[in-house]
Amino acid sequence: MNAGERLTDANFPAHPEKATLEGKNKFLGFWLFLGGETVLFATLFGTYLGLRNMHLDGPSGEELFSLPLVFLATMLLLTSSLTSVYAVLSLKQNKVRSLQGWFLVTLLLGLGFLGLEIYEFVHYVHEGHTFTSSAFGSAFYSLVGFHGAHVLFGVLWITTLLARNWNRGITLSNAPKYYLFALYWHFVDVVWVFIFTVVYLMGKVG
Amino acid sequence: MATHESHKKRSGLMDWLTTVDHKKIGILYLLAGGFFFLIGGLEAILMRIQLMEPDSKIFTGELYNQLLTMHGTTMIFLAAMPIIFGFMNAIVPLQLGARDVAFPYVNAVGFWLFFFGGLLLNLSWFLGGAPEAGWTAYAPLSTVAEDTGVDFYVLGLQIAGAGTLAGGINFLVTIINMRAPGMTFMRMPLFTWASFVTSGLILFAFPALTVGFFLLMFERVFDANFFNPDMGGNILIWEHIFWIFGHPEVYILILPAFGIISEVVSTFSNKRLFGYSAMVFATVLIGFLGFMVWVHHMFTVGLGPVANSIFAVATMAIAIPTGVKIFNWIFTMWGGQIRFSTAMLFAVGFIPTFVMGGVTGVMLSVPAADYQYHDSYFVVAHFHYVIVGGLILGLFSGLYYWYPRMFNRVLNETLGKWNFWLFFIGFHLTFFPQHWLGLMGMPRRVYTYMSGQELDGANFVSTIGAILMGAGTIVLLINIVISASSKYATTKDPWDGRTLEWAMPVPTPEYNFAQTPLVRGLDALYVEKTAGNGEMTPAEPVGEIHMPNGSILPFILSLGMFIAGFGFIYANWIVAGAGLGLVLITMFLRSVIDDHGYHIHKEEVEADIKGGRA
Repeated sequence: MNAGERLTDANFPAHPEKATLEGKNKFLGFWLFLGGETVLFATLFGTYLGLRNMHLDGPSGEELFSLPLVFLATMLLLTSSLTSVYAVLSLKQNKVRSLQGWFLVTLLLGLGFLGLEIYEFVHYVHEGHTFTSSAFGSAFYSLVGFHGAHVLFGVLWITTLLARNWNRGITLSNAPKYYLFALYWHFVDVVWVFIFTVVYLMGKVG
Repeated sequence: MATHESHKKRSGLMDWLTTVDHKKIGILYLLAGGFFFLIGGLEAILMRIQLMEPDSKIFTGELYNQLLTMHGTTMIFLAAMPIIFGFMNAIVPLQLGARDVAFPYVNAVGFWLFFFGGLLLNLSWFLGGAPEAGWTAYAPLSTVAEDTGVDFYVLGLQIAGAGTLAGGINFLVTIINMRAPGMTFMRMPLFTWASFVTSGLILFAFPALTVGFFLLMFERVFDANFFNPDMGGNILIWEHIFWIFGHPEVYILILPAFGIISEVVSTFSNKRLFGYSAMVFATVLIGFLGFMVWVHHMFTVGLGPVANSIFAVATMAIAIPTGVKIFNWIFTMWGGQIRFSTAMLFAVGFIPTFVMGGVTGVMLSVPAADYQYHDSYFVVAHFHYVIVGGLILGLFSGLYYWYPRMFNRVLNETLGKWNFWLFFIGFHLTFFPQHWLGLMGMPRRVYTYMSGQELDGANFVSTIGAILMGAGTIVLLINIVISASSKYATTKDPWDGRTLEWAMPVPTPEYNFAQTPLVRGLDALYVEKTAGNGEMTPAEPVGEIHMPNGSILPFILSLGMFIAGFGFIYANWIVAGAGLGLVLITMFLRSVIDDHGYHIHKEEVEADIKGGRA
């Protein structure tokens, strides 16, 4: 069967994302890539932990952070992870319209998160907390900014993926792509959970 | 079945720019890495000329610092690693019985990123001067430097490093997912095992360097304050990040050499490798311990006796699996029918040389003693014994061993032996006296010394040795030129090989094995030879073979990164944006253009088999 052919309910494999060697390779390769990404974020977290109290004359994290806003951002992102799970469930049932719907919701929630983050950064800059104001500023914007850039990349990725495959159903070629995006999105979400804890909660209490 | 799929045959330069074939990418890596090896070697010889006499004034101050920085950086990132990747590309899929690597397109991206990154870094020589903060680029040396040298270092290596990471993931997936039937993990040749562990180290070590480079770039280009104590920064963060990457990097380099030596020693002793499982275990253990020792580069920083002791013990522990390997190679040779080909000479020369580097390594791992050795020529002698005496001898061995498979010709053995003896004697002449230079107090990274301090003689001998190493390398080049101008093809199995890469005709067909082979034991080809078959038993009938299409996009994507690199170096956001835009456009094109590759038809494969071409 051609990998680009639309799958029907009759020939739909149990794991369309891993039904071809290409799919299997992508599945494993992407998990490994996320392992590398973990080290990347771990290094950024380490840097942040080393510098988080070095705010000099500028405002400290405790003075800056507003938990209600960050909580809202967290809820948006966590919910988007849930909706991407629904999308993958639809993928496994060959329900392409439902998959598209859930990924669109994921996309909107991701955009909402990005909007809040931009609002937050602009607000901080007005408070005198900038990338160059102190080592704390550099470390904060690097860590949170790297995460934000990952969200942005994910938004561009799923937009392209949905647009390109809008009328093509689920195929052995695009099933791994949908699946990998969901994996990526969960990873970005997990990183945010750590940022919420390490940057914002720990910043508030000590 | 789709029969309308498009497949453009390209030739000449376009073929090499668009290839996704692991064999061709292996050759590209070897050529580019070999080119940078010559540049790095030239830089070394220039430094040795400056140090030949006391109070010499040929390459002083800034220029000398540029030479030493570029020598280290070029040799590690642009010579050693790409040559390793060259062998991994050319050999690992063959040893596994695979048609190609898991992601041929990503493989090409990895090569071109490395190539353009290396090019960017070396262009610094012509654009305001090379970096001069050492290959370690310690802050604040690297952050306060006013000229653009360090910017070229950061951007060039960042781009090359991304390519390396892509290559690492590629080989992990290839080895896990694409082994031929019967090729269990514990039947894999040692070189493939070493490539597997090295790729794992790349995966977990390089992202730390990526972040380190980002921080340094932010510091220099966007005025961030990670390493600026006046603004609350901390220079130690750079040292930690660099060595969290940097120590595993040492094992990324040496493990493939261990793999090559294992193959060569076994083949030319006509014996299966002694203690195969212990060798595999030792390789994995070295890879694991490699992540727990980075502070031994920072003993004199002042982290305290507890931290220093823990890292000292961890460092010493690495001597155990390494010792296991040394003894296993010796036991493999014991009682074997040894043939001293050039490849074997390099492998045998490797063993005592590497042991000497290992012994000084254990000496350096004692923190109290390290306070004396630190930043002296003793350290220079140590790491050249393990990297040149270990890795480079291993790579030479691999080159002579696999040259017939990669280039369809054998290198001349007489010239090969000249190459070995000149390089081997030159190596020991260069670096053995440096132990004494260090113990007598000569610091590393200085461009001169005064006479009357008993440093003259050893420095002179060291320079003579470096020239001999250069002569040995020139013999190799002559050997390559001679072999290239001779047209004869070798037999497919010139060394009486034991592993799968020798089971195909020369030249290796583009699809490797016409029929995926059935592996029936360790040293798969040797198993068939002793069973009287002489060749591999196929695991599948002759059929259509699926192949990926070549693509120019990896080249363009890497070119985009190269352009963006210039933009960041000169803080020109239009150029940076254009470069990154080109990268995003290439990624976009790659994802929206469907390319399912093409098929080689059964009839063509059958014709190849009948004609002895497969």
